[in-house]
Amino acid sequence: MAKLAKSPWLLHYDGSSCNGCDIEVLACTTPKYDVERFGIINTGDPFQADILMVTGGVNHQSENVIKQIYSQMPDPKVVVAVGICACTGGVFKECYNIKGGVDTVIPVDVYVPGCAARPESIIDGVVKALEILEKKREAYAARKKAGA
Amino acid sequence: MVKEFSTIPFGPQHPVLPEPVHLDLILDDETVVGAVPNIGFIHRGLEKLVETKDFKEYVYVAERVCGICSFGHGMGYCECLENIMNIEVPRRGNYLRTIWMEMSRVHSHLLWLGLLADALGFESLFMESWKLREQILDMFDATTGGRVIFSVNCVGGVLKDMDQSMLNNILNTVNDMEKEIRPVTETFLNDYTVGTRLHGLGVLTADEAKVMGAVGPMLRASGVSYDARKTGYAAYGELDLEPVIDTDGDSFARCRVRINELFQSFDLIRQAIGKIPEGDISVPVKGNPEGEHFMRIEQPRGEAIYYVKANGTKYIDRFRLRTPTTSNIPPMVELIKGCQLADVALLILTIDPCISCTER
Repeated sequence: MAKLAKSPWLLHYDGSSCNGCDIEVLACTTPKYDVERFGIINTGDPFQADILMVTGGVNHQSENVIKQIYSQMPDPKVVVAVGICACTGGVFKECYNIKGGVDTVIPVDVYVPGCAARPESIIDGVVKALEILEKKREAYAARKKAGA
Repeated sequence: MVKEFSTIPFGPQHPVLPEPVHLDLILDDETVVGAVPNIGFIHRGLEKLVETKDFKEYVYVAERVCGICSFGHGMGYCECLENIMNIEVPRRGNYLRTIWMEMSRVHSHLLWLGLLADALGFESLFMESWKLREQILDMFDATTGGRVIFSVNCVGGVLKDMDQSMLNNILNTVNDMEKEIRPVTETFLNDYTVGTRLHGLGVLTADEAKVMGAVGPMLRASGVSYDARKTGYAAYGELDLEPVIDTDGDSFARCRVRINELFQSFDLIRQAIGKIPEGDISVPVKGNPEGEHFMRIEQPRGEAIYYVKANGTKYIDRFRLRTPTTSNIPPMVELIKGCQLADVALLILTIDPCISCTER
């Protein structure tokens, strides 16, 4: 990643996590790790977000919420699954109420493993997501130009 | 003219909530006249998992009930099994558990102070609180290898020991933090902006708190002196401890109780490090548990109740966990009635909700 063209805003939603990854996502925005220096802001509004970070697996009640949030975000957008539960279901995979990872509901671009995912790996995941976002943005602009 | 009420949804995805909880707020103009909570967005079904996991293996699942109170949940489950199997945990093991438990309380209360500041719109205070919290997380990282999920409890004791230099290190960190934390806590207690938002907001009297079953700082802020640590589990029986109470019962009192508990935890860590004996940290466990046990533990958010029923095989029949937020939701709903719409987020925060615990 050479430079950032835009200041990407991220939206965090807790699918059905244990809170461990959620507080690590928040810790990324605080002074020790400080992703805000890259212009990344944790927003609460899906209509203004570029990156959706989902922690925890998907259960039957949060499924529709995640779908709704994803559909409210403007294109282009990327999804980061934070923590092993969001990737595959993790330790909760055998629970009766868990459907599985986030990719059973919406398309996921970056998988961040770990239980709980450490802030370093979350930041690494966000940096990877930014590259994907840039590519998607170019493809989106080309499609617009072609009149599709 | 018939009065018309409007109903607006609050959550599950909301800027001030790190976790999903849904409330239907019934409004008369700007005043809330009713609130209907709806939970279940992060229900996983962890209590059921105990039937398919080895009882020693389940310790790791119990920790993952919640990432903030993870140490306490692991400890509560282990203590239940130790009581069923008549295992005496070595004293050093108990002291180590106490030190980690109090470190968890410091990290949880600092996290809450940060979230409160964020809900007030006081961004710099949020950052300062979380900056201080990182020092405790660094100590967790050095002693257990994890920042939020530790996996150091096992049935019969703990898995990792601390040497004297590590204990001194913790002592120094605690002493430094106690000084560095003053400007932050002074801001919470004396700042005009914080005061105007919190004073007199959501008053819960001692009788109401008892009747509705409030626990933890919520109960103690209403003037009821009750702390499950006084029951003397782990090494708490050997330490000096007086419950921190406040009499006002409003949001500011709840904030003040948590701040005073921070200093109490620093003191308990110091006492435990001063008294920690030499010796083993765990005892080997043989056989399978049979019987049942019920015990209470003071989590950062209040009293949590653990119940285990074992049948003599390596799979346990039933594990039940009543978490502090479950008991604090009924008083919270009562507090919300009559407040202004803008204060709803703040009132939800003052009970220190932990939805992952509640829904398991």
